[in-house]
Amino acid sequence: MSKDYNTLRHIVRLPHSYAAGPVWTRFYEGLKEEKIYGTRCDKCSKIYVPARPFCPGCHENLDDWVEVSQEGEVVSWAYSRESEFFGMQMKPPFIIALIRLDDTDSNLLHFVGGKALDRLEIKKGQRVKAVWNEEKKGHMMDIKYFEPID
Amino acid sequence: MGRPVAIIGVGQTRHGRRFDVSYPELVKEAVDALFDTTGIGPDDVDGVVSGTMPSMMEGVALTHFYFADVLRSVGKPIMKTETCGSTGASLAITGYYWVASGMADLVLVVGSEKMNEGDSQATMTTVLEPFYQRYFIAGAPGIFSMQSQEWSVRFGIPEDKIRAAATRLTIDHHSDAFDNPYAHIKKKLTEEEVNNARIITYPVRLWDVCPNSDGACAVLFASEDKVKQMGRKPAWIRGVGYSGEEYWFGDSDKVVWQSAIQASREAYRMAGVTNPIEDLDVAEVYNPFTFQELLFYECFGFCDFGKACDETLKGTFARDGKLPCDPSGGTLCTNPIGATGLIRVSEAALQVTGQAGDHQIPGAKLAFAHAMGGVDQYNAVLILGSEL
Repeated sequence: MSKDYNTLRHIVRLPHSYAAGPVWTRFYEGLKEEKIYGTRCDKCSKIYVPARPFCPGCHENLDDWVEVSQEGEVVSWAYSRESEFFGMQMKPPFIIALIRLDDTDSNLLHFVGGKALDRLEIKKGQRVKAVWNEEKKGHMMDIKYFEPID
Repeated sequence: MGRPVAIIGVGQTRHGRRFDVSYPELVKEAVDALFDTTGIGPDDVDGVVSGTMPSMMEGVALTHFYFADVLRSVGKPIMKTETCGSTGASLAITGYYWVASGMADLVLVVGSEKMNEGDSQATMTTVLEPFYQRYFIAGAPGIFSMQSQEWSVRFGIPEDKIRAAATRLTIDHHSDAFDNPYAHIKKKLTEEEVNNARIITYPVRLWDVCPNSDGACAVLFASEDKVKQMGRKPAWIRGVGYSGEEYWFGDSDKVVWQSAIQASREAYRMAGVTNPIEDLDVAEVYNPFTFQELLFYECFGFCDFGKACDETLKGTFARDGKLPCDPSGGTLCTNPIGATGLIRVSEAALQVTGQAGDHQIPGAKLAFAHAMGGVDQYNAVLILGSEL
């Protein structure tokens, strides 16, 4: 019963070219200029970040673009110490968080980094601000992480 | 409402690290166990439903065709259902619908996973779109840790009380697993061992997390006529509820959790359950993480919001408690993802037909089975009863 059988190593690799469409394209262009854009719903006045093509509540098309604050509050967070897997974008340890940027109405998922990782004393309501990568590629990781501010 | 539907047989593999068999051979083990124990043959089966995690986990697309021969499905209608963690519950619902609709009288439903062959956490990131969210997914522990943090803040539950309740749950489940011949991880744990285990994703520690298991589960769904014809003791499907929610991760309230609440309430309404803690005899709650299991108790109305820790510490959900939860050891001890939800349903069926063996809850007549899927935007509940 204890005989070991062979295993076959095989990796599936498939290329994709996802169409970003006008909304992601404009949002990403904003990131390149160190600006975070949301879209506002005319009907319910909610501002969504990242910008979205339509309001998930009202189903109105959204074309009212607003530059939003780069500061906000942590809504919830998790410190990942050793959950590592194939193809992971960021290696542990790191902190992911839901962040409510000031005067917006949706929670932004991103990393909290910098001194937060040393202290691990984040609480709901912790104030944070965006820290930008010097090199911009026009995607979510142009924001390096959000850093606690006192 | 459709026609009455019952489960008249279940089969499981031994779950664990199964490098002793290839994937189709593992599926065959569950299907053969089902046919052997029921005496029902593949000729009686009208159709077959098969399911796994998202196909990126298997590295083989359309696994129901890969498994066609071991499922004994050649020449029969066959389909696949996959909803990630809840695949097994979605499979059960697919089988239920097929029979309830009158389009089939006997349907074979099979869920399977070889967790040790692929990378489940990497697969889960592919449930998320590549423009934004995929960058930030720290595997399932990250998602569920954020949820438990929010839950503790919302209801002001002290961290040490949550730790104590989670510790109680994991000690109980890993001990209960000794009475389930199919369970993967069985262990007598001490409080000290659990509380000092290494942190995976704060505050989740090693024994708060389910294992990677290889395994499969097969279930037969039958019409009322077929129940009479086959002479098997039926576990009737009394209620079915399932619900999805917003796609974007930050949009949904994951504490007062709409999809979990709505799935349970719909199943209760259909089954005539008005007070779950009184009406239900046993529950198989999908519990890949101890913290999440506590939250599920609240969402399902087993207790008030913010009270699951107190009730757990009082023993309300223990084997000898008012509503025993996961007497099989649950997902926390055995998690072959594509089979896991179906194992919950199988366990519920075994309980209400008095066939659960050493982990039988005496006199169980009404059982609750649940699974959660997607990333965490989907929940499904089935209620099974000994009476129609």
